[in-house]
Parts: sequence; C-alpha cells; structure tokens
Amino acid sequence: MQTETKTGALHPEMFKPTDRIPGNLEKIERNRLTAWQDIRLRLLSNKLAMTGLWIMVVVILFAVLAPLFSANNHFTNDLVNTNQAPSVKHWFGTDDLGRDLYVRTWKGAQVSLFVGVVAGLIDLFIGIIYGGIMGYYGGKVDEFMNRFAEILYAIPYLLVVILLLVVMEPSLLTIIVAMSITGWINMAWIVRGQIMQLKNQEYALASKALGAGPMRIIFRHLIPNAMGPILVTLTLTVPSAIFTEAFLSFLGLGVQSPVASWGTMINDGVKSMTLYPWRVFFPAFFLSLTMFAFNVFGDGLRDAFDPKLKS
Amino acid sequence: MIRYISKKFAFMIISLFCLVTATFILMNAVPGSPLQKEKATSEQIQKNLEAYYGLDKPLITQYGIYMKNLVHFDLGISMKKKFQAVDKIISDSFKYSLKLGIASVITSVIVGCILGIIAAMYHRKMLDNLSMIIAVIGLSIPSLVMAPMLQYLLAVKIRAFEVAGLNGPLDYVLPTIALSSASIAFIARLIRSTMIEVLNADFIKTAKSKGLAGHLIVWRHALRNSMLPVVTFLGFLMANVITGSVIIEKIFAIPGLGKFFVQSVSDRDYPLIMGITIFYAVILMISRLLADIAYVLVDPRIRISGGKVGK
Repeated sequence: MQTETKTGALHPEMFKPTDRIPGNLEKIERNRLTAWQDIRLRLLSNKLAMTGLWIMVVVILFAVLAPLFSANNHFTNDLVNTNQAPSVKHWFGTDDLGRDLYVRTWKGAQVSLFVGVVAGLIDLFIGIIYGGIMGYYGGKVDEFMNRFAEILYAIPYLLVVILLLVVMEPSLLTIIVAMSITGWINMAWIVRGQIMQLKNQEYALASKALGAGPMRIIFRHLIPNAMGPILVTLTLTVPSAIFTEAFLSFLGLGVQSPVASWGTMINDGVKSMTLYPWRVFFPAFFLSLTMFAFNVFGDGLRDAFDPKLKS
Repeated sequence: MIRYISKKFAFMIISLFCLVTATFILMNAVPGSPLQKEKATSEQIQKNLEAYYGLDKPLITQYGIYMKNLVHFDLGISMKKKFQAVDKIISDSFKYSLKLGIASVITSVIVGCILGIIAAMYHRKMLDNLSMIIAVIGLSIPSLVMAPMLQYLLAVKIRAFEVAGLNGPLDYVLPTIALSSASIAFIARLIRSTMIEVLNADFIKTAKSKGLAGHLIVWRHALRNSMLPVVTFLGFLMANVITGSVIIEKIFAIPGLGKFFVQSVSDRDYPLIMGITIFYAVILMISRLLADIAYVLVDPRIRISGGKVGK
C-alpha cells in the first residue's frame, strides 16, 4: 500500500536496507560534495542571487562595450540638440549641452564600477594584512592594533571623506583614498575574528610544528580558510562604495565635468526634472539597479556560505 | 559597568581629539585662505582681517587658542557669514535637521518593525517575499534617487505635496520617506531574522500550547525579544540620518545643518567646517556610546568582561 504525502511521493521501497557487501560498508551512496561545490550549488539555486549576478554581468558588459560601439561620445557638446527626449539617434536623450545620455550613462557606470571595485580591493588588501596580524598574534599586539582601529572607526566616515576632499582636488583618486582611510576597518575585524577561530586548528599547529613562519601560516593556511566571510564582506563593500561615489559627486565634491558619473548626472538632471525627466531617470535607474544587483548577490553569497541555512 | 562606560568614554574623547587635530592640520595645509577675495584688497586690510581672525599668529598658537576655546564650547566666528558665531549658525540650522531626523528615526523603527514582523509571521510565504522585496528595493534605491523620484511623482505629477520647503507638517512627509527608506529596509531584515529564530524558541511553543492568541504571542513575547538588535542599530541609524540629511536637505531646499556643511566646505570657511565636523562627530559618537550601553543593559546575556561587545 502506498501513502501519498504532501512532500512528494514516498514509497516503501525507498526505505529498504541496502545490500550488505563486505568491504563496502563505509561507502557513501550520496554524491560527495566539497565545501566549494556545495556553496556553488546553493548559490546557483538561489534565483534572486543569480538574477543579481546576471544584472551585474550585463551592466559590466554595457559599461565596457557601449561607449566603444556608439556613434556618439560622452563629452561632445551639440548645442542645437539640447535636452532632446530619447530617440533613435540618442537612445536616452541628451542633456543641457546636447551630450548623448546613453553614452554618458555607461561612462558613469565605468566610474561607479571602477570606484566600487578598487575601493573594495584596497579594503580587502589592508583588511587582510591588518586583521590577519591582529588575529594571529593576539595579546598586546592585538590590543594595540585594535585600539588604533577603534579610534579611527569612531571618527565618522563621511566627515573624513569630506575633509579630505577639502584638501585634495576633487577627483576619482581622492574619492578612493578617502573611502579607504576608514573603509578597511570592517574587513580587518572580520578577518581578525576568523583568524582567531582558526589559528588553533590542527593544520595550523601542524604547520607551525613543521617550522613555518607566522606569515606563511597566516597567508597560506588561515586566510584561504577564511575566504567565505571575506568574500561576502567584499561583495557588500562594493555597493556602499558605489553609493558613496554617487553621493559625493551629487554634492559636487566628486568627479568633475566633463567626466560623467551617475551622481553628477542625477544632480544635473534633478534641476530640470519637471521639464526633462529622462535626464534624471536613466542614471538614477541604473544606479539603483546596480546597487540592487550587488546587494542581492552579496546576500545570496552570505546565505550560501552559512551552513545553518542549509535545507 | 561603570568601568566599561568610562573606558568607552575615554576612547571617545581620544577619537574626538584626533579628529579635531587632524581637521585643523588638514585645513591649514590647504593652499589658499578663506579671506582671499576676487577683488584685490590692500595689504593693510588683508593684514587687519588676518589679525581679526587670528590668522597672523603661528599655527601652533592658533591651534592652542582653538583648543582652549573648544574646551569652553566656543567654536569661534564664521569667516564667510558676516559676524555670525558658529554655534549660532549650528543651533539655528540644526533645529530643522533635528525635527526631520526624529521623524525619520520614528518612521524607520515603526515601519521597519511592522514589515519585519509580517515577514517573520508568514515565513516562506507570499507576504514574507513581498516585504523582503520591499526591503531590498528600499536598500538598493539610494536617497539621492529616492528623493527626486518622490518629488517628481507625488509633488510634480500628482501635486499632493509641496515640491520643496519645510513650512507645514505635510511638508515633512516626502523628506521623511526619502530619508528613512534605507533604515526601514535594514530594520525590517534585522527584525525578520531574529524573529524567525525567536518564534522557534521553546517559550513561544509554551505560549502557543497555553492557547494564547497568535497576535498576543507576537506582541507580548516575540517582539520584545526581537527588538534587541534594533537597539544596537541606533548608532548606524543616526549616521544614516545625518548622511542622508545632507542630500535630502539639498533636494528639498531645507535650510538644515547638512546644507551648511557642504556649503562651508566649498566656501573654505574654516571655523564653520571645524564646528560642524565636531558637532556631527559628537552626536555620532554619543549615539554609538548610548547604543553600546543600551545593548548591555537590555540583554543580560552579554557580559562585558568577556571582551568586546557586539559591533
């Protein structure tokens, strides 16, 4: 007799004991997965995260390719055709100087993605080294380095950025430097926590017993094992860096014209929003879309790395 | 407990001291002076002006004077707004920012909680997905996109609200929504994840088996226990409100502190930049300190002696 349940078809045959073959008792019937295969599988089955990934890929492709394959460029003024609505010639319309908004939007994407990725990588680099040393040595070294980070962390991030922009010329480099001054601290704390958990594991002790130096243990053995949380933090750093760039450019403290950035384009567009809404729509839409993509992908990655959420 | 608070407080003072010193050095390292005008002034006038603002003294003396005044809560006189004391400018403009900030904090907590509760109660159902999609969208649409969007749809197209200004209570609606959307999303996600955990706890099962009505379980038992992480979120919330207000005040033409801050940076108005930086820093640091204390007070499971309290 078969019983149908809500969770799908369960048959009595499924519960029959397997044959006991001597010498084969330890065999695992289910496909064995390494940790990374398992994570990839769970990430791939997360529809929202994969949507995010695809959006990221498409935005990156367009940012790189669209300006190359367009008949227009992002800085030529065309004062006869100012503030044109989207058309066949200018897909996203033109701005108050007659510049093509389609190309400018994707040039802006280049700036945003560049800032996001570079700021993320700098945070990663400093954070891993600082956090690694902090976590591995512990004790006095940890105490001292942690105090320094705490003092820096207490200084509000936005203030540092704006103050630095007072001193240096507003440019892409300034923004990245300013963001990196306090941006790495979070990453360092994540790495520190991971290293502290891992440093007493057998493989680290074994490596130490074989005479490996601290740097080798940290960077060859411990960091690769802490890669999960580090990657998640990295993917979530990128959208916040993108937002900060747009924020500063919007306030006029970021990149300067004729270089296009989503922030400056939104700032320009807002002023004439009632008459030419498309001027603010396109940069605003793609900024939000990109942040959405990075956020959901980061979330999905975090879920994939979290064994508690395994179902 | 007292030892913990005084330690945190001491760190706050050190951070503040570093920030003030760094700000002072940075600003004096910038070429150009706030007293330079477009028109050529005679050397004597220039000298008198410098003497008036104390810029003729050596840097170290200027620093000493500033520090001495700061201890007495004297922030000096603005160099661009004629004869206005910096603390007067701050207190005049801050009242707008404060009202908006309070409105935003209250809105974020209430709406965020409601969304989070709905999501947790209907975990893995339609309503859960819906509120989480709202939350992700809120997190992905930055305030500099949200504000113009609301302005365009609700003030320009429908004319339900004033486009700019802050004259009646209705004028608060749009800036508050724009300022709160990110925090709402964050709180909703926070409440959801804790509440799902809490709803599976034994004491909830006890309440259920006692025959308590569903809404009473959520209201009396689950919500209280889920509110803990929101307390720690206070520091972040304040930072978010302050950062956001800079943009919101610009878009909605509100004469708040954020607007003055950006203006003072582009004006190179040293005393005003210093004053607002210190003011913001103090607010942020105090709210972070309060959040730390509240966290320890609210959750008896946290013991301070065990090292760092949750970040």
